[in-house]
Amino acid sequence: MNGNRVAVVGAGMTKFVRRAQETAKELSWEAAHLALESCEMSIDDIDAVVIGTAPDAFDGVHMKSEYLSDGCGGWGKPVIRGYVGGGTGVFAALQGWYHVASGLFDTVLVVCEEKMSSCQPHPQAAFLTIFDHTTERPLKPNLLWIFALEMNAYMSRYGLSKRDIATVSVKNKRNAVHHPAALLGDPDITVDDVLNSPVLAWPVQRLDVSPVTDGAVALVMSANHVARRVTDKPVWVEGVGWNLDTAYWTNRDLSYPVYVEEAARMAYEMAGITEPRKQIHIAEPYDPFDYKELHHLEGLMLFERGEAPRAAADGVTQRDGDLPVCPSGGLLGVGNPIAAAGLMKVAEIFWQLRGEAGARQVPGSPRRGLAQAWGDLMQVGTVIVMGI
Amino acid sequence: MIRDVAIVGAGWSGFRSITPDVSYKELMYEAAVHAYEDAGIDPRRDVDSFVTVGEDYNEGISIFDEYVPDQLGALHRPVQTIAGEGIHGLAAAVMQILTGQFDVVVVEAHSKASNILTLPYILAFAMDPVFNRPLKAHPYFIPGMEMLRYLAETAATHEACAAVVAKNRSNALLNPLGAFGVTISVDDVLSSQPIAEPLTRLECADHSDGSIVFVLASGKTARVLTDTPIWVRGVGWANDTFWLESRPWGDARYARAAGEMAFRTAGIKSPSKEIDFAEIDDTFAYKELQHLEALGLCPPGAAGGWTLEGVTEVTGRLPVNPSGGALGEGNLLDATGLARTLEVVLQLRGEAGERQIEGAEVGMAFGWRGVPTTGGAAVVLSN
Repeated sequence: MNGNRVAVVGAGMTKFVRRAQETAKELSWEAAHLALESCEMSIDDIDAVVIGTAPDAFDGVHMKSEYLSDGCGGWGKPVIRGYVGGGTGVFAALQGWYHVASGLFDTVLVVCEEKMSSCQPHPQAAFLTIFDHTTERPLKPNLLWIFALEMNAYMSRYGLSKRDIATVSVKNKRNAVHHPAALLGDPDITVDDVLNSPVLAWPVQRLDVSPVTDGAVALVMSANHVARRVTDKPVWVEGVGWNLDTAYWTNRDLSYPVYVEEAARMAYEMAGITEPRKQIHIAEPYDPFDYKELHHLEGLMLFERGEAPRAAADGVTQRDGDLPVCPSGGLLGVGNPIAAAGLMKVAEIFWQLRGEAGARQVPGSPRRGLAQAWGDLMQVGTVIVMGI
Repeated sequence: MIRDVAIVGAGWSGFRSITPDVSYKELMYEAAVHAYEDAGIDPRRDVDSFVTVGEDYNEGISIFDEYVPDQLGALHRPVQTIAGEGIHGLAAAVMQILTGQFDVVVVEAHSKASNILTLPYILAFAMDPVFNRPLKAHPYFIPGMEMLRYLAETAATHEACAAVVAKNRSNALLNPLGAFGVTISVDDVLSSQPIAEPLTRLECADHSDGSIVFVLASGKTARVLTDTPIWVRGVGWANDTFWLESRPWGDARYARAAGEMAFRTAGIKSPSKEIDFAEIDDTFAYKELQHLEALGLCPPGAAGGWTLEGVTEVTGRLPVNPSGGALGEGNLLDATGLARTLEVVLQLRGEAGERQIEGAEVGMAFGWRGVPTTGGAAVVLSN
């Protein structure tokens, strides 16, 4: 790559919980503080702050990054907020990358925060406002409906059963048992539990979906010369990619996320990856719904189209499988505070590649990992490839 | 900066106080088409990345970035939104080019303020939800108090603030984009309705609708695309504390920090000597004075006197807001900073018509995030 070589040198996160007592600012502060502590830095070492947080409608705060800025450590510093809906969490790391790679900054603090519990009685109501005000909002759509359409399209295209997909939810909720920050770890969950959970919008059932969550995650990213001084285990950003599809989602083939493929191609090209299935050792694709993990694994070209469910059934994606997928527990297990959930995935790759994931550590010393997020109207893909 | 970056195309639509005939998408489309034509590029083939600027509450849509790609020709391309000032978006585009991974990047910002029926209520949602919002105060009490503090701390007078309005709205008469151009006296401004004393009605910029699109390119590509690249010499942005309770009310520290970074990256040692003219945030009249001083373009406390002496007029020693600024063109919400930048680009290209500043070589633009924030961003450009 041109420009500065960039590494992640520190990471921290709050517990993911259903209803945090802390304000959004306090959550941000806690994550930022933990990330700085993890690499023995102080806020004085930070040249700029990148904030990621999804719709302002959750917290009910207009210009939310201004409100969050001092909690994130942005007082007196350059502060910027990038925004690509649900893809924001991974995008914030990409934005941290280009801050440092540009040569303008040596070290940046990336903070992602989400407090969904402020939205009463349920944040689904806030999601009504993401739809087109003329063509869609009068129908009073629910976010679950459109994902039900997508899940249905995916299942119909490849003749998949609910059972094929439910294995993802079981894997991730079991993985999350070992994550100290997780909200929904469950060691005893079975496929039948998922299949017997209440139907929300067929084929989406309650245990197919990640929970409403509060939480924050932060990363410290540094240029080459600083990273080597700060740590002997820098995790390098090798490739970045992001891509946006049309807002007219009703006109698209929902069975395949072409925007994720485009984002992945961009990241792979930058990272010099030609055979992703062999060269990626660990993956954290976005899994707000269980089918999304499979969908995204195919979009990321880690499996052929329609083949990810079989790989999941064969145990390939288990923590001790050939390609561990969501060893953190993912959004289904750890929780889904939208932007923070995406950055949690980047943090998980950081911890796994450094061998610091504790009971979640995947075997075999992985050397390269990938995190991906997705969002908007089933429309945006954000991908980061990191390696040691 | 480590790599040359230039603005090679500019396009705009508006600016008008209401635009019932077009949607925000059409405003964006029109500006984008003009910018692409100006740069001689095809967005589907030549643009590596797109940056748009928008705030959900201003748009009335959550996750606004969903609705940007189609009208910009940006399908299946890297597209991101910056929830910030327009110049934050410009800075993001500059950083992307500086990485060496992107050659041509487009930045867009717009305002459809006329769609917002209850703007002060929307703005009130930006107040701290725990400590300040329960007071149920109209957010404009903040500029009122800031102005009072600024006048108390400096030699500036209320007359000087009013003179800013007279100057800028007069400048706007020479600007086709100046929706609020008018000949107006200092007394007219002072005697207009009080908003939050001492701030008066005519000292607050009215809102307008419009969109601005820039095409940025790395130096090598810029020289191929155009004979008149406008070089991005430096960028800077910064936040002060958001707490109302602990911010310095008289001093725009965010502008000082943003300016310092912009001048540092531009290699400018003495801004007041090296900057030929400036387009800086004047969404409230006193802000132009406060920002001028914070940016170091004039000595502390001198901005009011300079304004009354005519130093900041188009024909003066340091022209400020020759476009008419936000007072003359309207407050374009998140796009206001790019409107300031647009004027700098037009002046440096020699395309500013009747308000052209002779011999302009280096100009700067500064945008503020607006009430109740302490965030700002600056850019230094040269021809």
